[in-house]
Amino acid sequence: MVEISKRNARTWSRMGIRAIYGQALAGYAAENPNVIAVSADLGRSSGLDRFSKEYPNQFINTGIAEQNMVGVAAGLARSGFDVFASTFAPFASMRASEQVRMNMGYMGEPVKLVALGSGFAMGLLGNSHYGLEDLAVMRAIPGLTIVSPADCAEIYKTLEACIGHRKPVYIRLTGGVNCPIVYEEDYDFQLGKAVWIKPAADITLVSAGTTVGHCRSAADALAGEGFTIGVLNMHTIKPLDKEALAHAAAVSCTLIVVEEHMRTGGLGSAVLEFFAEVGAPRCRIVTYGIPDRYGETGTYPYMLKTSGLDADGIARLIKRETANA
Amino acid sequence: MSLIEINVMRSRVRGLRTIIYMVSDLDIRKTIVDIAFKCGESAHIGGSLSMVELLNVLFGEVLKHRPVEPEWPDRDLFILSKGHAVLGYLAVLHLYGYFDADKLATFQADGSDLIAHPVKKLQLGIESSNGSLGQGLSFGLGLALGMELKNEDRRVYVMLGDGECNEGSVWETAALAAERGTNRLCAIVDENHFRNDGAVTTYANKIKLAGIWRAFGWNVIEIDGHDREQICGAFAAARAYEEGPTAIVASTVKGRGIDFMEANNDWHHNRITSNVYKDCLRALGLETVDG
Ligand SMILES: Cc1ncc(C[n+]2csc(CCOP(=O)(O)OP(=O)(O)O)c2C)c(N)n1
Repeated sequence: MVEISKRNARTWSRMGIRAIYGQALAGYAAENPNVIAVSADLGRSSGLDRFSKEYPNQFINTGIAEQNMVGVAAGLARSGFDVFASTFAPFASMRASEQVRMNMGYMGEPVKLVALGSGFAMGLLGNSHYGLEDLAVMRAIPGLTIVSPADCAEIYKTLEACIGHRKPVYIRLTGGVNCPIVYEEDYDFQLGKAVWIKPAADITLVSAGTTVGHCRSAADALAGEGFTIGVLNMHTIKPLDKEALAHAAAVSCTLIVVEEHMRTGGLGSAVLEFFAEVGAPRCRIVTYGIPDRYGETGTYPYMLKTSGLDADGIARLIKRETANA
Repeated sequence: MSLIEINVMRSRVRGLRTIIYMVSDLDIRKTIVDIAFKCGESAHIGGSLSMVELLNVLFGEVLKHRPVEPEWPDRDLFILSKGHAVLGYLAVLHLYGYFDADKLATFQADGSDLIAHPVKKLQLGIESSNGSLGQGLSFGLGLALGMELKNEDRRVYVMLGDGECNEGSVWETAALAAERGTNRLCAIVDENHFRNDGAVTTYANKIKLAGIWRAFGWNVIEIDGHDREQICGAFAAARAYEEGPTAIVASTVKGRGIDFMEANNDWHHNRITSNVYKDCLRALGLETVDG
């Protein structure tokens, strides 16, 4: 595992999430011939250019054929390889969803399916390329673990945890270039175990993916105004870290789930389902995400801003919700 | 004022008569380069340039359409299944009078409906939202079947990429269209031999794209996709063929018309900087401002 440092974190952030995915995977492939990358003609868009040239025997381009990609990846995974298959989020989770269901869900073949550019990260490419419903679809498939790394360091951590892990995983990559930095030093990462970025407080934000960094910035910005805000990085969306959630609910008055996904079926829904099962906590639970429609489009920063998912928007949300409380 | 602008203005005055404009391939290429440069962001340039002649003949001579009345019920329909080549499509729609330069200038601006893939908007002449490859042909077949059931004298044209033909859904539609003998459907395959990561190796050696369409029971016409005469001939032959669907497999050059972009897949999706812009104009044989 490469060193997580301030300097590396800055370089990685500049290169961006997708480039780091390719770079990290190439690093692991160099030490481990069991690692195989499969792409549906989007190697260049996921930092796998170098990978494909340096490790041609560990790289397969299935062509622009995502359903085929998932099936082939499953067969390779069954043969014992650590297979990472990647394409843009809607094509991974929805074009090929029934292949995911049969191969990864029903048969449990341990493919690591990597959704590139999820959330609004594809910016100007528009709604056809956004990953706004992928969690809802993937969460409904039994047996899948779903992870959404908060920053580039956590991509390294996630890939490392997935190698040798003989279970299917959906890895949801949000964020683009200049993505928020959450980790500047090493930390303990385990699948299924959420990480407290700021300890649970009166108000606690629960998030996943690069939204975690925006949540932290919002919490920092409001600290000067007398707010104490906890931030929980629920990097594993399925299975949820129930202990961490129960702790948050015991400590906080308001729990706000923030996500770059439709409000339907994502992390917010998962949290609500959990509390519906174990009984309502004394705290108020708010879920915030993308409204139920296909809206206008633009660059990634514009999309985050107009949907209130950048740090400013999240700060406004916190004020709104606590004023209501 | 250019000839095109004059024609567009005239068409507004004359109203509903279908007008054949003199849009040149060079006008289209220049417009593609202009908007790609002006938007300041990466855009899909190579696959837009490769289909210029095909689109120009289609919109100029083949499609029954009325830019001044985009929702004219008797119009033929065009679907850009390789939706990422929207730049070429928008340039053509603009030059044929569907919308003005101000609208075109919003390409890839925040909040605009002219983005990197077509977004369905009938008033602008955009019939279908695309961007997810491999979906346009089935939608097109459905449209054509609808016309058939309603006994309408209309046709559907769908533009596909050769890389896009990797998608299994293309071949599901191909089989069904042949089975049904849907002669109102015409597929145009822009075979420019590249996809995102490089060459379309799938159809480079053992299997040939035109051969597959033929094996699927289509009327296949192979042409040079930059030769106006051949393109016109192919569309005429497609129209005359009554047994079933036609696939025009057009051999093209990705990035055609701008020498340093030709068959150079770095220009699949890339940004035109001001220096590159000058080189583009030079390559097109147009004067640059600073000579
Ligand atoms: C379903 C789907 N998978 C992947 C992509 C990403 N993508 C956009 S363009 C492209 C390559 C297209 O190649 P081709 O169809 O040959 O088009 P052209 O070379 O003419 O641009 C890919 C893989 C997509 N838009 N849709």
